[in-house]
Amino acid sequence: MDPTSAKLIGAGLATMGMIGAGAGLGILFGNYLQAAIRNPSAAGGERVWLFLGMALTESMGIFALVVALLLRYA
Amino acid sequence: MSFAIEPMEQFMVHKVVDIAPINIGGFMLDMSITNSTVMMLVAATLISILLAFSSRGSLVPGRVQAVGEILFDLIDNTLVTPIIGHNGKPYIPFVFTIFMLVLFMNLGGVLLSVGSLGGQEWTFTPTAQLAVTATLALLTFLSVIVIGIIKNGFGIYKLFVPSGMPLAMVIVMVPIELISFLARPLTLAMRLFGNMLGGHVVMYIFGSFVVMLGAIGLTGGIATLGFVGSALSLSMVVVLTGLELVVAGLQAFVFAALATVYLNEVVNLGHGH
Repeated sequence: MDPTSAKLIGAGLATMGMIGAGAGLGILFGNYLQAAIRNPSAAGGERVWLFLGMALTESMGIFALVVALLLRYA
Repeated sequence: MSFAIEPMEQFMVHKVVDIAPINIGGFMLDMSITNSTVMMLVAATLISILLAFSSRGSLVPGRVQAVGEILFDLIDNTLVTPIIGHNGKPYIPFVFTIFMLVLFMNLGGVLLSVGSLGGQEWTFTPTAQLAVTATLALLTFLSVIVIGIIKNGFGIYKLFVPSGMPLAMVIVMVPIELISFLARPLTLAMRLFGNMLGGHVVMYIFGSFVVMLGAIGLTGGIATLGFVGSALSLSMVVVLTGLELVVAGLQAFVFAALATVYLNEVVNLGHGH
């Protein structure tokens, strides 16, 4: 296979890692909202952990994106 | 009509003021001022001005003072004190400094869009460079190690041996904990870098759609429909600019939050806080 096309296919495949990050973020925010609606007075205190969880979940998708961009442009 | 799409061109570092390399013990140290340095200096200047105005300490805060107080309150009362507890007071300046620097460097890339002046592109995000984010992450990581050793001495090994673990599990768990500990600066750097890079690349690509579809629309006939796509892309760029502002603030907060969590582990080691 031509190396350039192999790189392009690889970059496309690498972006699939972001599927998991998307699903994870959905679960995270969905569960936070569910808990926040059940007990609104406790929601404010857990917002820091929501964003921390978001950062940790999202970082997996970001790694996939970085790998894809490296394959595409580097 | 065609033009080259180069989404990575905006991340090119180029020299603004050329300074001859200095030779320090065989290492050539290039101290030239680049566009990255310029944006960092702009960020530092803006932070200094904001904090100088907001730390005058009048009882009823004005607008500028309110901004400074809200930012400080965000780090003090919603981040450091709830996570570390009252032992965390000495670390507020460190976390606040990192937060403000990252925030202003992130926002500078989105807000300070002066375009090209004198044949050079001046819009630049220093945090979209892995070198900058890796330096910040390594600084945080090494600070955590140094503070941990000062606070706990040799007891820092407890970081890798969770309390109440059976002896047989130690052999399995210590390498895992060690790897996850050593991966921290890498993930910290990559998260900020990837978020900034990804956001700006997407903005560039939608911006190039505006021009490309507009150029197709100019050819007339059925191709006039290109203007519809162009307008849609333009509204997408507006939405993405708003999203980038959110991401810039959020990533600065996340960087500070993770630094706080890492500090908490060594400050409250063994206290189960």
